[in-house]
Amino acid sequence: MNTPQASSASYYAAAYQRLSPLLPGGGLGWLTQARRAALARFARHGFPTQRDEDWKYTSLAAIAAARYDLWPAACVDPLAGVVSQRALAGAHLLVFVNGRLHPGLSRPGDLPPGVRLNSLAYCLEEQPASVDPLLLLGAAAAAFADLNLAFMADGAYLHLAADCHLAAPIQLLFIASQANLAIQQRNVLWAAAGSSACIIEQHVALGEGSYLTNALSNVVLEAGASIEHYLLQQESPAASHIATIDVRQQANSSYSSASFAFGAHLARTGITVALQGEAARCSLDGLYLTAGRQHVDHHTCIDHRQAGGTSRQLYKGVLSGASRAVFNGRVVVHPDAQRSDAEQSNRNLLLSDKAEIDTKPQLEIWADDVKCSHAATVAQLDEEQVFYLRSRGIEQAKARTMLSRAFAREMIDRVACSPLQEALDEALREKLRVMSC
Amino acid sequence: MLDIRNLQVSVDGKAILKGIDLQVKAGEVHAIMGPNGSGKSTLVQLLAGREGYAARADAVLYQGAELLGMAAEERARQGIFLAFQYPVEIPGVANVYFLKAACNAIRRHRNLPELDAIDFLALIRSRLKLLGMDESLLYRPVNAGFSGGEKKRNEILQMAVLEPTLALLDESDSGLDIDALKVVAGGINALRSPQRAIVLVTHYQRLLDYVVPDRVHVLADGRIARSGDRQLAIELERTGYADTPAGHPAPPASRA
Repeated sequence: MNTPQASSASYYAAAYQRLSPLLPGGGLGWLTQARRAALARFARHGFPTQRDEDWKYTSLAAIAAARYDLWPAACVDPLAGVVSQRALAGAHLLVFVNGRLHPGLSRPGDLPPGVRLNSLAYCLEEQPASVDPLLLLGAAAAAFADLNLAFMADGAYLHLAADCHLAAPIQLLFIASQANLAIQQRNVLWAAAGSSACIIEQHVALGEGSYLTNALSNVVLEAGASIEHYLLQQESPAASHIATIDVRQQANSSYSSASFAFGAHLARTGITVALQGEAARCSLDGLYLTAGRQHVDHHTCIDHRQAGGTSRQLYKGVLSGASRAVFNGRVVVHPDAQRSDAEQSNRNLLLSDKAEIDTKPQLEIWADDVKCSHAATVAQLDEEQVFYLRSRGIEQAKARTMLSRAFAREMIDRVACSPLQEALDEALREKLRVMSC
Repeated sequence: MLDIRNLQVSVDGKAILKGIDLQVKAGEVHAIMGPNGSGKSTLVQLLAGREGYAARADAVLYQGAELLGMAAEERARQGIFLAFQYPVEIPGVANVYFLKAACNAIRRHRNLPELDAIDFLALIRSRLKLLGMDESLLYRPVNAGFSGGEKKRNEILQMAVLEPTLALLDESDSGLDIDALKVVAGGINALRSPQRAIVLVTHYQRLLDYVVPDRVHVLADGRIARSGDRQLAIELERTGYADTPAGHPAPPASRA
């Protein structure tokens, strides 16, 4: 077969043959076996196409046609400036450059007892017994998850012991500097019973090259644990960013995530939350701002499997130019999940008549005693408001920016971590400046 | 200051103003009265730069420059201010941020240095005091959740901060109780000066007890039907607009 799919499969197969001796955890039989199985699945199915319902609005043709480098070259760029510019005050900082931990730039600081924060590569090589195979293998079998499993080389590994509370946030700063690289990054966030932490995962670029970030995070919350997980996507304007977040929650646990998508040419964030224990709560926020020909896609799936679960989703988008955004929010309430309470809302502001939003709620309810709601809105700027501002001497472009910012600010106001709030506000201003041009 | 000659305005093909002539000199206060639907609001909104009107005129000159075709923000920077009849709510934009942006946009145009946060706060505090307004209002979103009276006062506050040369007030008195009316009138009177002109649009004459106009015009069916001095307003209060074309009687004074 000489289809593009077959050739991309053979490309990745050949790359795996070449790189497998270098991948971490080579001594772990279960991992090697799983990597090979994932690669075989990928060879069978390839990248999804737009005929696949889940990818109907998002074309992966460019990613499928690309022949990315799968191993980073030594980074010779000066990075200290980027790191000091991005580092949040008081945070435990790990810096990853082109997908690999950079110990020299990282400042994990003093971590309280009960917190293990490490490089995943280090854990696989030096403490393999500490890595639960189920964590790494559990994610849904899908093209990007399979490629990630086959090639994952590093990422953050966080384990919080029972009842351990981490006061300062953990900042995971991922810097991409190499054009044409595919970064297969894997994070494990594991919160034992009653523990809590705030994790900020930030993706930035040096330069404007085209590359692929294929990030996968496995998040586990045991009973009563609590995690705040912020995703800040500021990739290069030519980059592709695919993020998969797989969350499993036990009883009374609480997971809140907020995804801020500002960068990349093509971005897709897929969050799957399984409420596996009773009375688990999750809250997913999102803010996307798109300009030019950017394409940003958020897919969420919340699985209410046990009784008394609560889920909240609020996603807001501001779209300019000929950009496009997708929001697909799926909520499944299983027969045993009585007294589930699910709310979903997606609000969009279109600044241009060439911009396009595809928004789709998807509710599948198999229990009878539930409260589920969803809402989606698409609006333009209110011309009365624009005129009011202009009548006070504020020029039209500035007026439109002020109103767009007001619409987007709500999502930043909801962020509990104040140094992050400032960084987000700055990123928002910068993005709106680009969008008003 | 303002020289309007034969102004004709239509909206969606419907004629609203059918040939207005109006001259306002610096230092003057003009009141424009008239029944609902007579075109009073259209006139001041057009002067402030609202789009969507088909307007033609022999001339609409402000300080000697043609206004029609000039962008709303440009008019504001050159000193025109419209106090809205229905101030617009802008959730998510703090009043203080909005006021500072407006103030500095106008100062830039006048080649004055922009005010920093501290200087601006000093300025705005003095204006708040003038209008008997609470500082907490600065940190609320623009007009959002304001009572009717608070919205009207907020318009006058903006006017006091921006110090326009030509102030257009569109029913700034409507919906106010007598105490609020006195405060708003005080704010308007504080702006009166030989260099400025004020055009008040009002349905009732009670505001004119506190802001005494130099000239009163009655607008009816898109034309200025009568002009006179303050006595005209007092007469209208008694007789209503019944004898003006297409007019409606004014409500009894007890309701006004």
